[in-house]
Amino acid sequence: MLELAHLHKTFYAGTPNEVRALRGVSLTIDKGSFVVVIGTNGSGKSTLLNAVAGSFIVDEGRIRIRDRDVTQWPEHRRAAMIGRVFQNPFTGTAPNLTIAENLALAARRGQRRGLGWALGRTEDLRERVRQMGLGMEDRLGNIIGNLSGGQRQSLTLLMAGLRQPDLLLLDEHTAALDPKSADQVIRLTEEMIRRDRLTTLMVTHSMQQAAHLGDRLIMMVRGRIMYDFRGPAKQRLTPEALLARFEEVRCLEQLDEQAAEELRRQYV
Amino acid sequence: MTLLIGSLTMGLILSLLALGVLISFRILSFRDLTVDGSLALGGAVAAMLLVEGVSPWIATLVAALCGGLAGAMTGVLATKLRINGLLAGILVMTALYSVNLRVMGKSNIPLMSERTVLTAAQQLAKSDDRLHLGWWQIPSQDLWVLGLITVVIAAVGGLLGAFFRTHFGLAMRATGDNPDMIRALGVDVGWMVTFGLSLSNGLVAFAGALLVQYQGFADVQMGIGMVVWGFASVIIGESLVGSRAVGLLITGAVMGSVLFRLLVAIALRWGLNPNDLKLVTAVFVLIALVMPDVIAALKSRRPAPR
Repeated sequence: MLELAHLHKTFYAGTPNEVRALRGVSLTIDKGSFVVVIGTNGSGKSTLLNAVAGSFIVDEGRIRIRDRDVTQWPEHRRAAMIGRVFQNPFTGTAPNLTIAENLALAARRGQRRGLGWALGRTEDLRERVRQMGLGMEDRLGNIIGNLSGGQRQSLTLLMAGLRQPDLLLLDEHTAALDPKSADQVIRLTEEMIRRDRLTTLMVTHSMQQAAHLGDRLIMMVRGRIMYDFRGPAKQRLTPEALLARFEEVRCLEQLDEQAAEELRRQYV
Repeated sequence: MTLLIGSLTMGLILSLLALGVLISFRILSFRDLTVDGSLALGGAVAAMLLVEGVSPWIATLVAALCGGLAGAMTGVLATKLRINGLLAGILVMTALYSVNLRVMGKSNIPLMSERTVLTAAQQLAKSDDRLHLGWWQIPSQDLWVLGLITVVIAAVGGLLGAFFRTHFGLAMRATGDNPDMIRALGVDVGWMVTFGLSLSNGLVAFAGALLVQYQGFADVQMGIGMVVWGFASVIIGESLVGSRAVGLLITGAVMGSVLFRLLVAIALRWGLNPNDLKLVTAVFVLIALVMPDVIAALKSRRPAPR
């Protein structure tokens, strides 16, 4: 389904701010698999998602989705295959348009947009909103900008899955929400992925979510994939075990820094 | 009364300009200054073609298409070449000044005896026909012109309103509202902005073409400050309808344009020096832009001492 081969990306190359965000990431994800990605700040997990979505073109490596090489495709072209929910609840919806209009836009993701009425048939959309159980189905004519972050994020999720995407990308999509809304969005996420058997790549910083969701877990450190748990190994993971791994990584990084400091003292 | 009819006609013609500005400023959130150049371009092309004896409707259509081309240029500069939007508009506007001079061949073309879109309407009545309305006498020819312009504006406004309810038009509104979102839904934002600017400047050039035929001459300077004029109309229109629904925004822009033209006509009648008009317009737009913030600041300050 998704094949990433030796992805490299460096931001601000050749300047003092140079960031080597991806340093050779290779990953193959099967159809229907739900992969959770965790990692420390700056480990490149969001960059990885953006690389797949096409927010930028990678410096090196290949990206294949459904056996098609999309490495050089612009973002809007890949969108035909990818549904996306962002960390910021305001990124996923158009605030000055109504709920119905936003849904109508999502209903044609990646398709030709002609001169037919955008709001011709809204019954299907209303039904999908009703299934979410948030009571928004009677407010389809309301402007989205007046909704709360949690409601907007739930709608973004619905929009991302409205036309079944080949690949669903979730980028810390509950991080900016209050705990109650976050729980609700996670519940909707699980339901949707299970019902439609969506191939999913989800970045999170919640150890709870990482341990309990998905059938595979990837931990990124400094632009590389450090651990890859699947099957029974993934099922056995607990939040505590994950935290222990993080501690390990932190020690390793400190060790690296200490080593670098030592070398600097000796040779410079 | 002649003042009223004249302002109505002029205001309606310029409402095409206001609609163009509505599309770029409000719908696409793109500060497009091409408008000053494309209004004069529309006028120049129409005048030149009319003098050459081309059919008035075809001349007007070609003028609008040329404006669309100018808008597309700005769009390509801004999206494909990644030049700042304001600068892209200024570049095209500046270039158009020379283009307009080239098109016209001189800085002013009078349209004396040429057939125009409006003469066709005028000929529906004799030149000395009068409509008696109380103690006013209105030349019937002026009324026919007003009627024709009203029909044209109603048709354009209606089409535009319908367009923004289609899949394509809705995607354009979303492009201005949240480009990240609409890109993730598979729309090429750069292309969409380019198309929108093309539509916007096509309408503006349409206004220029009608304006030239109404006032009877084309002048290379006629576009100066018109983007501010259009902006003023849009702002007045928004406060009149007080809504973000696209159909009401369109109606508001037309009403704003007519009202603004009326206000200007009255101010001029009361002795405002025409040379001060642009200054007054600019100050008006400035006040309209700052006012909401000032009011909000005053409101939030009041409960503070407690």
